[in-house]
Order: sequence, then C-alpha cells, then structure tokens
Amino acid sequence: MSMILGLYNYWIVIVLMMIGFYIIIAHGHLIKKIVGLNIFQTSVFIFYISVGKMEGGTAPIWQEGIILYSNPLPHVLILTAIVVGIATTSLGLALTLRIKEAYGTVNEDEIQAMDNQVMANQDKEHQ
Amino acid sequence: MAAIAIAITQLKDMFAVVMLAGIYGLVSAGFFVLMDAVDVAFTEASVGAGISTLLMLTTVAMTGRTDNEARHKPLLALFVVIVTGSLLLYGTFDMPYFGSADAPAHQHVGPRYIFDSMQEIGVPNMVTSVLASYRGFDTFGEVTVIFTAGIGVLALLSVVRRPEDNAAIEALNDSMHEQHLILRVVIKTLIPFILLYAFYVQFHGDYGPGGGFQAGVIFAAGIILYAMLFGLSAARRVITQPFVQLLSALGVLVYGSVGLVSMLNGGSFLDYSVLAADPIAGQHLGILLIELGVGLTVASVMIIIFYSFAGRGQLQQAKQGESL
Repeated sequence: MSMILGLYNYWIVIVLMMIGFYIIIAHGHLIKKIVGLNIFQTSVFIFYISVGKMEGGTAPIWQEGIILYSNPLPHVLILTAIVVGIATTSLGLALTLRIKEAYGTVNEDEIQAMDNQVMANQDKEHQ
Repeated sequence: MAAIAIAITQLKDMFAVVMLAGIYGLVSAGFFVLMDAVDVAFTEASVGAGISTLLMLTTVAMTGRTDNEARHKPLLALFVVIVTGSLLLYGTFDMPYFGSADAPAHQHVGPRYIFDSMQEIGVPNMVTSVLASYRGFDTFGEVTVIFTAGIGVLALLSVVRRPEDNAAIEALNDSMHEQHLILRVVIKTLIPFILLYAFYVQFHGDYGPGGGFQAGVIFAAGIILYAMLFGLSAARRVITQPFVQLLSALGVLVYGSVGLVSMLNGGSFLDYSVLAADPIAGQHLGILLIELGVGLTVASVMIIIFYSFAGRGQLQQAKQGESL
C-alpha cells in the first residue's frame, strides 16, 4: 500500500507520457501530433515538479520562521522549459502552415503519397 | 488530466482538440500550485491555457477543422506504447518515494539554494535567484533559443505584401470592426490593467511569484487581444513590426551586456556581485536588468509570432475573397 502511495506520481507521469506518445505515432494529422508532443512535454514537467516536492514543505519563497521548502531548482528548469516549449511549438505550427500551403493537406499519409508520386515521375524521366 | 488526454486521442474535430488542450494546460497549472511550484503554475497558466491555445486556433482556422483520416496501424502503435510504458513502470520501483526528504534530488545544490540564497543574493523568491543568478548561463541560453524560434517563425511565415492585397485586407478589417461590440468595449477597459499587471509581475518577481518570462507572456497576451479585436493593422500601427523585432534583439543584448559589464568590473561572466559596491545591491541590480532583458525578448517574440500567423491568415482570406 505504501508503495502505491509513494510511487503513484511517477505512474501518472508514465500514463500521460504514453498517451502523448500514442498520439504522436498513431495519428497522421500534423496539428494533432503537435498536441501529442505537448502532452508528452507536460508529463516531463510534472515529473520534475513532483520530484522537487518535499513532504510538509512550502513554496520556495523565503519567509520568517519557515525552514522547510520544496526544491527550487526543478521549478527554475521547468519554468524556462515551458516558455521555450511554446516557442518551439509555434515554430512547429509555422512549419505545418507552410506544408499546408505547399501540399494542400496536413495529413502525413497524403503528403507521403504525393512525395512518392513525384519521385516516381523523376525516375521515369531519368530512364 | 488523463481523461482529457484520452479524449484528445479520440476526437476528430480539431477545434475541440485544441480547446481540450487549453483546459489540459489549465488543469496542469492547478496541479503545479499543489506541488508548491507557484512560479511554474503562473507560467503554465499563461502559456498553456492562453498563448498556445490561441496559436493553435489560428493554425486550425487556416488548415481546416476536421481530421478525417483513419489512423495508421493503431494496434501496432498501442503495442509499442504499452511495452514502453511497462518498461518505464518497472523503472519506477527503484525511485525514491514521493515527497521524501532524503531523495537524491534534495541532496546536492538544493539545500545551498534554500539556505544560503538569502545571504548571498538577498532575494526572497528562491526561484528568481536561482533562475537569474546561480543559473544565469542557462537562462541566457534559453532566451537565445526563444529569440531564435522567433526568427524561425519570421523566416517561415513573413509575407511580402502586394499593394492590391493591402486593399483587400483593409476591407476585411473594416468588416470585422462592425462585429463584437460588447467584447471590444470590455477588452478596451481591460487592456490597461493587463499591461499594468504584466509590469507588476515583472518588477515584483524578486519578492513573489513572477519574473521576466511570465510578465513577457502576459504583456504579449494584452497586445494580442487588442490585435484580435481591433484588427491586425490597427495593432501594427500602434506597435510596428520592425519595432518589435528591434526589441526582441535588444532583450538578448541587454542580458549579454550585463554579463560583459560584470566581466569588465573584474568578476566572471554574469557575476552580478561586482556591479555595485555592495554585493547584495549588485545582485539586485543584475537580476533586475536581466529580468528586464528576458521580459523584453519574450514579449516581443510572442508578438512577432502572433503577427506572423495572423498576417498569413489574413493574406489567405484576402486571396479567397478575390477568387470568389
């Protein structure tokens, strides 16, 4: 019982991470893949933050008379990671937009089919 | 949270997916508050539930709303996911229990930050002192990454306007002005407070949760709200694109220069103790300056990204209007 209570935070992280992973590999829609990546990323954030939590500790802002704080280091790492995450997400979305303009679709399979078509045509021309 | 994530895998309407992703961000922000990570919760609430939802909505508006394909090989994917998940689960049996004080994560530099930062830095919010002073190099790198992402989006989406497009876009903006009267009145009164709040978060970051990253995002959110309701051209007249680009570079420059000045004063790079006669005062000055640099870069990069996305969308709409 104590094992379940002691480790459940990691299990939540793993469940979320696997859902994100499933979206990334099983879906062909590019925006959905980005949402999946975000879920994956959030699970890592939760992992770090829950590792930094200390039983009975409080938020790491210094106050008279409090000696037990949660670890501030994971908070710093994740805080910056979130903002970097939104910057990279928007870069991914920008790429998606350009793909939509170039191919007319954001579905991975259709893009692959079009690429194969182009390749096949080029091969024919060489022969 | 897991329920929301599973719902996202099942839905086909991209609008619903994006909205659920926003709710997911808000719920995880609540979770971070429970875990004592107030600064992180702050950031996640403004980024995950605010800006990222907005950008995704803009993209969905341009790429179409439905996801009509069948998934490829869902069983194989499920198999891979379950195998990876159970391996990870097996790995957790060696992990320290949740909240235990003797976990390795609490052993090395953590206590130093907690017990000495008040004497060494003199800033009550430990997250700020670690972010801006102890790990200033990291933060500098991250600001540069954000700046680079801004340049990337600009390179991918910047549009060269033809004069005839401009006329069509103006017409589009005028048509938008007639709608959403109540929203516009409410937002108009709210925006000054949003911007003021951003400044409070920026300069109060030493004493409470907050700092350059959060303030930048909130400030950008205020400007973006304005651009959404009063038209992109109106926002561009107030804050022009070249000006924002200049500001984003200026933020990185301020950050780097603080490091250089501390080197010139005989310290090492980003060592603020030498900036003033009193080390503590030097630390305060250094943290204030680099948080300002961070805030400038984050806010202006977010605005650049939104301008690029929205500008692209308007161009598409204008072209569609012409072809009809």
